[in-house]
Amino acid sequence: MSTIATKIWTTPRLRAWLAALALLIVAYGLVPYFGTTYLLEAILTPFLALSLAAVGLNLLTGYAGQLSLGTAAFMATGAFAAYNFNLRIHGLPLTVSLLLAGACAAAIGILFGLPSLRLRGFYLAVSTLAAQFFVQWVLTKFGWFSNNNPSGVIDAPPLSLFGFSFEGPLGRYLFTLTVVVILTAVAQRIVSTQTGHDFIAIRDNELAARVIGIPVLRTKLLAFGLSSFIVGVAGVLWAFAYLRTVEPAGFNLDRSFQIVFIIIIGGLASIRGAFFGAALIVVFPVILSCLGSWLFGGLFDSGILDMSQRIILGLLIIIFLIVEPNGLVALWDRLSQSLSSITASKRNHP
Amino acid sequence: MVNFDFAFLIEVLVGGLLAGVMYSLVAIGFVLIYKTSGVLNFAQGAMVLFAALTFVSLLERGVPFWLSLIITLAVMVILGIAVERVVLRPLVNQPPITLFMATLGLSYIIEGAAQLLWGTQVHGLELGIDDTPFEIAGVLISKFDLVAAAIAAGMVILLTAFFRYTRIGLAFRAVADDQFAALAVGLRLPQIWAAVWTAAGMVALVAGLMWGARLGVQFSLSLVVLKALPVLVLGGFDSILGAIVGGLLIGASEKLAEVYIGPMFGGGIEGWFAYVVALVFLLIRPAGLFGQKLVERA
Amino acid sequence: MNQGIVDLPKAATGRSGVGHSLALRLDAISLSFGGVKALADVHLAIAPGEIRAIIGPNGAGKSSLLNVISGIYQPDHGQVWIGDQRFSRVPTQRLARLRVARTFQNLALFKGLNVLDNVLLGRIADRKATFVEQLLGWGRARREQSQARERADAMLDLLHLKHLSNRSVNSLSYGLQKRVELARALVSDPKILLLDEPLAGMTAGEKQEMTRFIRAARDKIGTTIILIEHDIGVVMGLSDKIAVLDYGRKIADGTPLEVRADQAVIDAYLGVAHEESRAVEV
Repeated sequence: MSTIATKIWTTPRLRAWLAALALLIVAYGLVPYFGTTYLLEAILTPFLALSLAAVGLNLLTGYAGQLSLGTAAFMATGAFAAYNFNLRIHGLPLTVSLLLAGACAAAIGILFGLPSLRLRGFYLAVSTLAAQFFVQWVLTKFGWFSNNNPSGVIDAPPLSLFGFSFEGPLGRYLFTLTVVVILTAVAQRIVSTQTGHDFIAIRDNELAARVIGIPVLRTKLLAFGLSSFIVGVAGVLWAFAYLRTVEPAGFNLDRSFQIVFIIIIGGLASIRGAFFGAALIVVFPVILSCLGSWLFGGLFDSGILDMSQRIILGLLIIIFLIVEPNGLVALWDRLSQSLSSITASKRNHP
Repeated sequence: MVNFDFAFLIEVLVGGLLAGVMYSLVAIGFVLIYKTSGVLNFAQGAMVLFAALTFVSLLERGVPFWLSLIITLAVMVILGIAVERVVLRPLVNQPPITLFMATLGLSYIIEGAAQLLWGTQVHGLELGIDDTPFEIAGVLISKFDLVAAAIAAGMVILLTAFFRYTRIGLAFRAVADDQFAALAVGLRLPQIWAAVWTAAGMVALVAGLMWGARLGVQFSLSLVVLKALPVLVLGGFDSILGAIVGGLLIGASEKLAEVYIGPMFGGGIEGWFAYVVALVFLLIRPAGLFGQKLVERA
Repeated sequence: MNQGIVDLPKAATGRSGVGHSLALRLDAISLSFGGVKALADVHLAIAPGEIRAIIGPNGAGKSSLLNVISGIYQPDHGQVWIGDQRFSRVPTQRLARLRVARTFQNLALFKGLNVLDNVLLGRIADRKATFVEQLLGWGRARREQSQARERADAMLDLLHLKHLSNRSVNSLSYGLQKRVELARALVSDPKILLLDEPLAGMTAGEKQEMTRFIRAARDKIGTTIILIEHDIGVVMGLSDKIAVLDYGRKIADGTPLEVRADQAVIDAYLGVAHEESRAVEV
């Protein structure tokens, strides 16, 4: 009996499956029972939505090496597309709206990814910034997207699937969780296919990739499309499940940078990394404000909190870039590596 | 087209050109750093904000104008040295994208620090240049913009002279040309980089003062950097002349687009027009008007 | 008339039957960067299955030549014939389909992938399955995967790299990395193989092995090989013919024995100024 356990413990792939299974059990089984409303609404749901956005961006920037500073624009596209499809086509199931929203975001992503044929590095980033500003402007300027609502802020529709309503913090959490699990599995599958390897090849040496026959433009556009699809769906989750409003302001440049920071801190070219990074980004302001008010009491107002957050975030980026460019994931792996070698040696030398 | 208001067109054009000069002021700081170290300093805008805030806050506390200026300059020098030591040196062999991300983080730190130290309110900045418009041949021109243009011109002349006639300027150019060769002749790169960042800091101060006088010194100042990027794309990332020309082009086309095309869409094009122009340009001429064409040696 | 240059019979122009007997042919290739002439009027004719070395002092234009053949540089004048197809600029993205493969001077491995995956990518030209098929793991995708896997494993075996399949390429020594790059180039069964300094930075033992692999590639698969190499000893022993470049011009072309005795070649390596070999236009 113990040899099977040992086998699972020491084989990385089996260990990964086990870990994923355990996480799912916790996420679906334990959290709903023990999680407070605050935890579900303010921590877990945004964490999941941001993680998905980061998974999407990681496909494009981490794996395929195409820097994008316009992630929030694609999130916004997804959110507004879903809203409009849901609004204007009666009886459209939410899953279909989600898929269509993702497709719209993918189309916009491919459009702004076209320059990647000729542009690299920061020049490409300039193109994605164009997407960021342009999309935000379009969504703000043309009232049609907001159903001509005078305040410009629209309420997200209630979530329901196959007649089941996913209302309330728990419902929204479960909905988000399911979507994220499914798309993360898809993303994981993508990176293990040959196309996923094409992405990495283009990132590591585009010239060599071209020489051996990888269709560079097509592959880059595929990366933009897939990434933007996932990011678009993440945008829908962010608006529908977390904020419960759909407005352009929440999808600004700061949001784009936030997602970039998440993948840098979490670990580029790593699906897990997106989750690690998002966890830190979501949790650290909470910790900071608790710490601040505990240490400085009333002096620590929201303005100071904001600024301290900015400073610490910037510091974290630089620290990670210098000390651990492979992100939290690398730290985690090293930790679990040394842990398993300690337990292995313990077993060998009882 | 007999009734076409040419005077108005010229006015908008001139206004745009002069606004463009303001962009160039920021872009020049970028070029300095990029030329000598290959780093695209996203934190340039934050440096503009920091310089302006420091200056204005000193003024408000009763420190005389020139003393405030000197103290702020000193602060920018310290900032330059600190950035080189803490951020650049550890990342010296990393790919440019890593350095760019680092400057992204740096911009957050500087923005946060500036406002933590000096507060988040808007400060007015009086430089003693009153913004009365005056007329030339029926065209209204802002006096302030003209002064800004003069200052920018002065700065370019100073910088050009600096690069050509001083030893440090020569060293900058050597490092910009070939880092390894510069090392080989004994130039100390860390010192040079610290000097470059300090120079960029000073340029940021000038830009900060001008922008601050026009917009008021506030957080949105650091967003000016976002407009500088299209300027650099047009002018080439490593050319000061390009920064000027690019700034003029972007400023002019932006204003013209806002006035003539904007109303069709209800305005607000200024937010993205410059970027679209840059994008189109990138597809035609990736190196920019004056940038060095990168020969990709396989 | 220059004594050192072996004149090859000029092929008749204007007929599509030209070059049938040649694997690769370069016609009057000229290339300059700014004011510097990298290549000046270079002619080259290479028979199928030949091992042709390109040598010359540093800066002679050897890498530029390889880059022209692989379409990375477009020559200012001249044409490249690959088999019986003529190009004024070789389309790099179709190189694999033209059955041309190459290695790079500064190593062009994909650092984010392990040895096996790097080599597997060499088979991409034969991949027909679409992305969706790959995602779902359906029939054709699965078949292609296992076929590619077989070929890759065989190649790794041949080059004594099998035991390193799962290693990240970063963790390998320089010499081993070069071998992986060779494996990746060979796995696609190329008709023409361009090697840019395949032995640079290797120990004597590694060089011997690598030379053996290169010769085996020609002997077993019949690949035509063009290689740039500085180690003259290796070049003499390995090549069928040698072309010598100096300042962008071809100053000699013949068998190893002929080239070794050629005065112009000796002068070029010793740095003696030679009328015919000055091609730099300032």
